[in-house]
Amino acid sequence: MDTSSIRMGVDIGGTFTDVVLEIGETQYSTKVLTTYAAPEDAIIDGMQQVCSKAGVKPSDVGQIIHGTTLATNALIERRGAKTALITTQGFRDVIEMRTESRFEQYDLNLNLPEPLLPRQQRYTLEERMDAMGNALIELKRSDVEGLVDEIKEAGYQSIAVGLIHSYLNDTHEKMVRDVIEENIPNAMVSLSCEVSPQMREYERFNTVVANAYIKPLMKSYLGRLEGRLNDEGVSCNIFLMHSGGGIISIESAADFPVRLVESGPAGGAVFAANIAARYGLDKVLSFDMGGTTAKICLIKDQTPKTSRVFEVARTYRFKKGSGMPISIPVIDMVEIGAGGGSLAHVDSMRQIRVGPESAGSEPGPACYGRGGTKPAVTDADLVLGKLDPDNFAGGSIKLHTDSSADALETVLGQTLDMDAQTAAFGLAEVVDENMANAARVHAVENGEDLSEYTMIAFGGAAPLHAGRLCEKLGVDRLLVPTGAGVGSAIGFLRAPFSFEANRSVYMKLSDFNPDVITNLLTELKTEATGFVRNCDETADILSEFKVYMRYSGQGWEIPITLSEEQAMNPNAAEFQELFETDYINLFGRAVDGMDVEITVWSVNATTPSQAVEPIKAASDGTAAKIETTRTMFDPALSKAVDTSVVLRTEMNIGETVQGPSAITEDETTIILPSSRRAIKQPDGCIDIVTKV
Amino acid sequence: MTQNTSNVPYQVMWNRMISVVEEQAQALVRTAFSTSVREAGDLSAGVYDIDGQMLAQAVTGTPGHVNAMADAVGHFIRRIGRDNILEGDVYITNDPWEGTGHLHDITIVSPSFHKGKLVGFFACTAHIVDIGGRGFGADAASVYEEGLYIPIMKFADQGTVDQTLVRIVRGNVREPDQLIGDMYALATCNEIGHRRLVEMMEEFDLSDLNGIAAFILENSRRATLERIAALPREIATGELTVDGFDNPITLKVKLSIEEDRIVSDFEGTSGLDKKGINCPMVYAKAYACYALKCAIAPEIPNNAASLAPFEMVAPVNSIVNAIHPAPVALRHIVGHFVPDTIYNALDKILPNVVPAEGAGCLCNFQVSLRPRTDAPAPKGAVRSEVLTFNSGGSGARPMHDGLNATAFPSGVMTMPIEATEHVGPVIIWRKELRPDSGGAGKQRGGLGQYMEVGATEGHEFDFQAMFDRVDHPAQGRQGGADGAATEIAQDDGTKMNGKGKQFVPHGRRVMLSFPGGAGYGKPSERDPELVRRDLARGYISAKVAKEDYGMSDNDIAKILNAVKKGEAV
Repeated sequence: MDTSSIRMGVDIGGTFTDVVLEIGETQYSTKVLTTYAAPEDAIIDGMQQVCSKAGVKPSDVGQIIHGTTLATNALIERRGAKTALITTQGFRDVIEMRTESRFEQYDLNLNLPEPLLPRQQRYTLEERMDAMGNALIELKRSDVEGLVDEIKEAGYQSIAVGLIHSYLNDTHEKMVRDVIEENIPNAMVSLSCEVSPQMREYERFNTVVANAYIKPLMKSYLGRLEGRLNDEGVSCNIFLMHSGGGIISIESAADFPVRLVESGPAGGAVFAANIAARYGLDKVLSFDMGGTTAKICLIKDQTPKTSRVFEVARTYRFKKGSGMPISIPVIDMVEIGAGGGSLAHVDSMRQIRVGPESAGSEPGPACYGRGGTKPAVTDADLVLGKLDPDNFAGGSIKLHTDSSADALETVLGQTLDMDAQTAAFGLAEVVDENMANAARVHAVENGEDLSEYTMIAFGGAAPLHAGRLCEKLGVDRLLVPTGAGVGSAIGFLRAPFSFEANRSVYMKLSDFNPDVITNLLTELKTEATGFVRNCDETADILSEFKVYMRYSGQGWEIPITLSEEQAMNPNAAEFQELFETDYINLFGRAVDGMDVEITVWSVNATTPSQAVEPIKAASDGTAAKIETTRTMFDPALSKAVDTSVVLRTEMNIGETVQGPSAITEDETTIILPSSRRAIKQPDGCIDIVTKV
Repeated sequence: MTQNTSNVPYQVMWNRMISVVEEQAQALVRTAFSTSVREAGDLSAGVYDIDGQMLAQAVTGTPGHVNAMADAVGHFIRRIGRDNILEGDVYITNDPWEGTGHLHDITIVSPSFHKGKLVGFFACTAHIVDIGGRGFGADAASVYEEGLYIPIMKFADQGTVDQTLVRIVRGNVREPDQLIGDMYALATCNEIGHRRLVEMMEEFDLSDLNGIAAFILENSRRATLERIAALPREIATGELTVDGFDNPITLKVKLSIEEDRIVSDFEGTSGLDKKGINCPMVYAKAYACYALKCAIAPEIPNNAASLAPFEMVAPVNSIVNAIHPAPVALRHIVGHFVPDTIYNALDKILPNVVPAEGAGCLCNFQVSLRPRTDAPAPKGAVRSEVLTFNSGGSGARPMHDGLNATAFPSGVMTMPIEATEHVGPVIIWRKELRPDSGGAGKQRGGLGQYMEVGATEGHEFDFQAMFDRVDHPAQGRQGGADGAATEIAQDDGTKMNGKGKQFVPHGRRVMLSFPGGAGYGKPSERDPELVRRDLARGYISAKVAKEDYGMSDNDIAKILNAVKKGEAV
């Protein structure tokens, strides 16, 4: 057997570690509980399971692609190393002072999240660069030596260096590293000019601190993982999924572990992008809904939208501003506190509120019968007839409709004068509206019209809600792929090698300097390409060029994609035209007479995306076999309707189902509203469209 | 199924309308040119019914716009005239008394038509860069000197923009392209809200907003009145004295909690100041209302019904009810002290709820840089205006320390200094916490901050100061100590004033110490664990640990030694 064609994707999530082994077109997958103390244990366990399912030996595996939530969790749970920050004199408290504002305006008892490093772990040096990158105060080597002695005495494992304007001139940061390496050879050093060379000191310093904070942990974990896999006879290359939707070498991952944050969700987006490519869809909205949160991402031209900064570890109801900013290339996703376990209550305005508090797995929603008394989204789904109490999770968990109805009536119905079913209707409508709002806002912020989009839904709870969401958003087509429960791990197997390098350099179009631009972009291209070349010595490497532009005086930039030709022969008029086209698309009109400026430059080096076999769409066949019928509430019609129940595994390619229907499988149930019909496609996707 | 099924769509619609106005505000943040809008969130957006009653408002950085915005649309309907409100119209004003308190706020109102019928209004407000006159500062003696006045009028008449108005505006301001850009951005942001509203009306098959408006207002009114009814029916007074411009200002309030309303009566408050720190009542009322809502009904969204029970009265031409033509450009300074005044009264009725006094007004300053004039300036020296937003410490709360260098009551954000230094030839040499500035207490006041500001080689500048609490630091509550006062001087010791435009010669720096919040409760009752933590972090010095909190020399030495060795404290 050609072992290079046996590939394994591994996703360590908060609860489960998903392992997918792929041999040619065939996938073997399993879910095992994540083993927090030694996460590699779960991987080995899962690997043995899928290998035995597939009848191969671990040593036959030709490539492993790994994504993990460990980096994110270490930041959330503050389980990082003993870390120091060295910064510019006068700026010791940047990561603590944040934006000097409150993310919740009306809470008198609000507390802000503690910085990753308390004040005594933050040290300063007398030095200063100006906004042109010239040294106003030169850094003295003797000062650094003195400080490094202090740091040595305090015994830090990891040191972050973040100096003002270092994204323009990195010589001082590099001198600090040299001195540390000479004097404390065991310490790990992270420089802000390498981890995140972008303007805005709070984001940059916080990012380099986060990197330093989790570096010892991640380096040790990745080392142990390699060792354990070797012991099992696995000698293939291991690559890591990064937050930007590509994969990097294990060495790069150990140097820049902060780039692994959000790698799981990134895998989910790549999974959806790959399906989009199979179906030739250029405008896709991916919708991933699990137990506690829902994630929404725009995928244009089969590429997930990316961003330069995001927030991790939100501490206050998923509220914007309550976490910490990380400025690295990342797939742009909206995450809201809406999942199957999200709990509902009635507020003082007699409004139903859902989430972000979640029932978790213990006690779980009321219907689990484990003592939960508050109604969760799953309880509403059950009472509305979307779930079958006797066939949940393949029949392994018996659901109690009575407990759900009790919880709904007690918590919502009594205050609002509603019976259990109306309360369930209200709860489900509110959570669906929350998700629909998040999707609408995200679309508008990106100048997109969702009515032209196709939704791809995955994750345990998504198929129950996706149909209604499509009705609310005016989306006419919905695909529910197979393997949706392990979507991220499959996504890892579809990701290209990639690395994005970027730099903040201000340039007004009235001061346009083509030579500077060409040099800068060439330098970024060399840097990014280097990381990809480390992973694959021969593959074609494509470069994607992007500049962030705005009217001079504005605070928010629009990313503009350049072709290689436009990037290497830059022309001010062309840049202006590209910018104004996008600006008009977003905001309706251009602003006459204002100068335009470029603030950030970026180059993404990537191997070509995997060739996909286009789906030959199935033509309408006979109606699928109806297993049974039950009564289900249809929110668009505001009434209960007779619903067919179809087993997904029994559906043949081309068979159709008319809504209202529940298409069930072990992992989840696809709800087909009265307004929709479905057909099974050759790749197993359930393809749902508006009835004509 | 009960009849209340009909409630479910209303629940969804209310959610949607709040999302619509948030989106409207977000569009403005992204397109506006004024630093105060895009970086600091000094803006507002809302949706109204056909009678001008506000139904939903975006939660943005500035509580000061809350009531002003709620009242504004009524003024527009009255001034424009019902019969003259046509599809495609856009209205404008910067009237301090019918808008949001000073000429630097432009308010734009757009009627919303659906199927040819007026169904409501959208309004939004933004603080703009410049409106001509003397420029943004306290130096004017009347509103006439503060810039161009735009009465309530049509910016666009059935889709056609009034070019005469545009020419007049262009001819009167320092940054015409930016201002016109902002005016269009405001109009666009209403347009975005309008489109989303129409989508919602189509989805739910509505021909007007009457049903949803009644649902929102009724539920909000009931919830607010329930909260008020649960309070003791008492009357209490509170006062606060701050620096003012030349003479101290005293704010006095009598708070009466009645069955169905709370009245804040500012009888006895100081009269007008000669300079532009006077406050129109609409802006002072917004902060009074904000303070009470935080303490009593924080989760009830702002709309006509939830705001109505909070009433304010004040003598005409007291500093919280300045009328035309008083100068009002920096009305935020007095406005930002209204909550502390209210809390000094409310604490007597509702103990253990409100914080001690804090820094109060934002610590903003503007730097006007130019090539040096005392010697030949180098080639490439430029003129530039740089405005920054900064915060002192907030007051300690009954159960928590005050927040370090974090704005209250304003909610605006600071700018990264790396971004500020790209705006003009300014150098921020220092921006960090100010140890020992938080008032001692069982709960410590939030720390203020240090800043040092200079210019790059070859430049001198005027420094427009907008600070308070130089002579009147934040006062402690329940035995807590006062916060540290504001300090301002040049690096050679030259004294400077807390307010007004002051020259800084080539090579000099301005050294700023922003105020701390006051403490809550006796320092002797502070958890020793927290005192040790504060010393280890350097929030307090060894001296304060010993003198204010009674820590022994031995313990102090132990903690400082542990820090040096990198041991956890």
